[in-house]
Amino acid sequence: MSNLEIKHLNKTYSSKIVPVRDMSLAVEEGEFLTLVGPSGCGKSTTLRMIAGLEQPTKGQVIINDKDVTHVRAGDRDIAMVFQSYALYPHMSVYENMASGLKLQGMNEREVRDRIEEANRVLGLDDFLNRKPAQLSGGQRQRVALGRALVRRPAVFLLDEPLSNLDALLREQVRADLKQIFEKQSAPVVYVTHDQTEAMTLSTKVAVLNKGDIQQLDSPSTIYNRPANQFVAGFIGSPQMNLLNLNCENNQAVLGNSRIPLPDRFVPPPEVVLGIRPEHLQIATSEDTQTVSGQVFLVENLGMSNLLSVRVNGSDHLTLRALLPSDQSWDEQITLTLPTERIHWFNMQTGERLPDSTTEREMTTTR
Amino acid sequence: MTSVQPPATNQSASSSKPSVSVKSIILTIGAVAIVIFSLAPVLWELLTSIKTNAAITADPLVYFPSWNQYTLQHYIDLFQDGFYIYIFNSALVAVVSTVLCLCIGSPAAYALARLKLPGERIILAVVLVVTLFPYILLFLGLLEIVRALGLANNYLALIIPYTAINLPLTILAMRSFFQQLPRDLEDSAKIDGYSTLGMLVKIIIPLTLPALVTTGILAFIFAWNEYIFALTFITRESMKTIPVAAAQLAGTTLFDIPYGPLAAATIVGTLPLIFLVLFFQRKIVQGLTAGSVKG
Repeated sequence: MSNLEIKHLNKTYSSKIVPVRDMSLAVEEGEFLTLVGPSGCGKSTTLRMIAGLEQPTKGQVIINDKDVTHVRAGDRDIAMVFQSYALYPHMSVYENMASGLKLQGMNEREVRDRIEEANRVLGLDDFLNRKPAQLSGGQRQRVALGRALVRRPAVFLLDEPLSNLDALLREQVRADLKQIFEKQSAPVVYVTHDQTEAMTLSTKVAVLNKGDIQQLDSPSTIYNRPANQFVAGFIGSPQMNLLNLNCENNQAVLGNSRIPLPDRFVPPPEVVLGIRPEHLQIATSEDTQTVSGQVFLVENLGMSNLLSVRVNGSDHLTLRALLPSDQSWDEQITLTLPTERIHWFNMQTGERLPDSTTEREMTTTR
Repeated sequence: MTSVQPPATNQSASSSKPSVSVKSIILTIGAVAIVIFSLAPVLWELLTSIKTNAAITADPLVYFPSWNQYTLQHYIDLFQDGFYIYIFNSALVAVVSTVLCLCIGSPAAYALARLKLPGERIILAVVLVVTLFPYILLFLGLLEIVRALGLANNYLALIIPYTAINLPLTILAMRSFFQQLPRDLEDSAKIDGYSTLGMLVKIIIPLTLPALVTTGILAFIFAWNEYIFALTFITRESMKTIPVAAAQLAGTTLFDIPYGPLAAATIVGTLPLIFLVLFFQRKIVQGLTAGSVKG
C-alpha cells in the first residue's frame, strides 16, 4: 500500500511571490490526482516540492507514512515524467530506462526483465537501441513514461506530459496513459493546465488558483457542483455563463425575466448566476423559467453551434448557449434555464451559495 | 568573364550533354580563387621549407622546383638543433593552461548559468570588461608582477597569464552552453538517484563535451601562438616556446636570413594545431550546433 500526503505545504520566495500558500491533500493507493489551474497557480511548484526538487518553506511531504520533507529526490522512491521528456540525449532508449534501476543496484538480468515488461505496454521494442534524437515526439514521451514505469515507485509524478505533443497525438497518448495507469495501483499526481486531461484521467481533481486549493473533488462533482465562481469558470468548455444580477424580493433580475432564487438562503442584494452553455435549451411552450434575447454571434463547432445571445432588457448581459447543429433558431430566441442546472454564487466572496436539502439528497444518492 | 556564355551552355544542354549551369561554374571558380587566396601563404611557406637554399634564393622565383631542388635538410637541421624542446615547451604550457582554463571556467560558468547568484549581471559585466583590455597594456603590469614574484624563467609565468586571458572567453561560451542544457535533464537525473558527482560525470560532462572541446581548442590556439609574453618572461633558451624560438632562428652571418629553417619551423609549429582541429572537427561542429535536445 503506497500513499502520499502533503500537509500545509508552503513555498515563499519573497513577501510578494508566494507560489504555494497552504496546500494539504492526500493521495491513496489506486488514486489518480490531477492538479489543474491556470499558469502561475502553483501546481508545478507543488509537484516539484513533492519530488524533492524544491524545498518547501513550511509544511511536510509524507510518502508511505514516512516524512520525506528533507530526503533528497533520489531517495524518495518516486518517478517523474517531465514536459520536455528530459531523456538523456547521449544514452540509448534502453540505457535511459535502465539508468535509474542500475543506480538502485539492480542486476542486469532484473533490469532487462523490467524493461521488457514495460515494453509490453509501451511497444518500444524496435527502438531500444536508438538515441532519443532519432525518435518522434510521441515515442520520446513513451520512453519517458517507460523510464518512470520500470522503477515501480511508490508515487508517480507527471508534469504536463502531453503539452509538447500535437493535438491529435495528445488524445491518443491520453487514452494510453489512462490504460497504463489503471493497470497499476501506485498513486499518481498529474499536473496540467488542460481541463480535458484533468476530467478524463483523474479519480480526483484539485483545482488550484493563486497558490491555494479551490476545490478537491471527483471530476463529476467539480463539473456539476463547482465550489466557487473560479472553479465554475475554469472547468468546462465553452466557459460557464456567469452573470452578475440584482435581486428583487426573492427573484434575480435577468433582463425582462425574473429567475426565482431558491428559498434555502437569505436573498442577497446581488448574486452571481452560473449556467453552462450546454444546459441552455430553446424554450418550449411548457417552460416557465425562460429568458429571451437577440442572437448576435454564431460559432459553428461542428457537432454543435455556440450562440451568443444579448439578453432583452439589459444590453450588457450576454448568454452563450450550445445548441445541437441540427436545431434551427430565430434571431429572437427564447431559452429555458433548468432550475437544477443553475449555480448561485455569492457576489462578494465568489463562494457557492448553500444547496437546498433536496438537492443535497440527490447528489449523495447518485 | 570568359566563362559567362549563357547561349553556348544552353546549346550544349540541348545537344544531349549534361548541362553545366553558369552559376555553378562561377561558384566553382570563386571557391577555388578564395581557397588559393587564403592558402597561398601557407603553401608558399610549405614549399620554401622543402626547397634547397639555392632554389629559395634563385632569381626567377622557383614555383615548381625540379626533383633535385627538394630537400628535407631544413627539418633535419631544425631537429638537430634541438627544436623538439621548444615543441615540448609549447605543448606543456598550452595544454596546462587550457586544462586549467576549462577546470576553473566551467564550474564558474555553470554557477552563473544555473544558480541565481546575487549580482550575477555585475559579475558577467566584469568578465566581459576584462576581455576589452588590449593585452599589450596588461603586459607591462604583468612584467612587474612576474619580476616581483620571481617567476621569470618559470613555466608558470606563461601558464598563469594564458589561463587568465582565456578565462573570460571560456566562462562566456560555457555559460551560454549550460543555459541551453535543459534544466529538466538535471532534475531527472536527481530523481533517478544520481549524486551530484555522478550527475556531473555521467550526464553533464558527456553532454557538454562538444562545448568543452570547442572552447578548449580556442584557448589552446591562443596559448600555442602567443608571442610577447613568451618572449619577455622566458629568457632561458631551454624553456622557450615555438613562436619565440622560430623568430630567433639565426643564420650564419648577421645578414643571412635562414628562410628555409624559418619556414620549416613555421610548418612544424602549425601542424599540431591542424591535426588538433581535424581530430576534433566533428566535436566542434556539434558544439557549434548544440542544444537540440528537445527537438
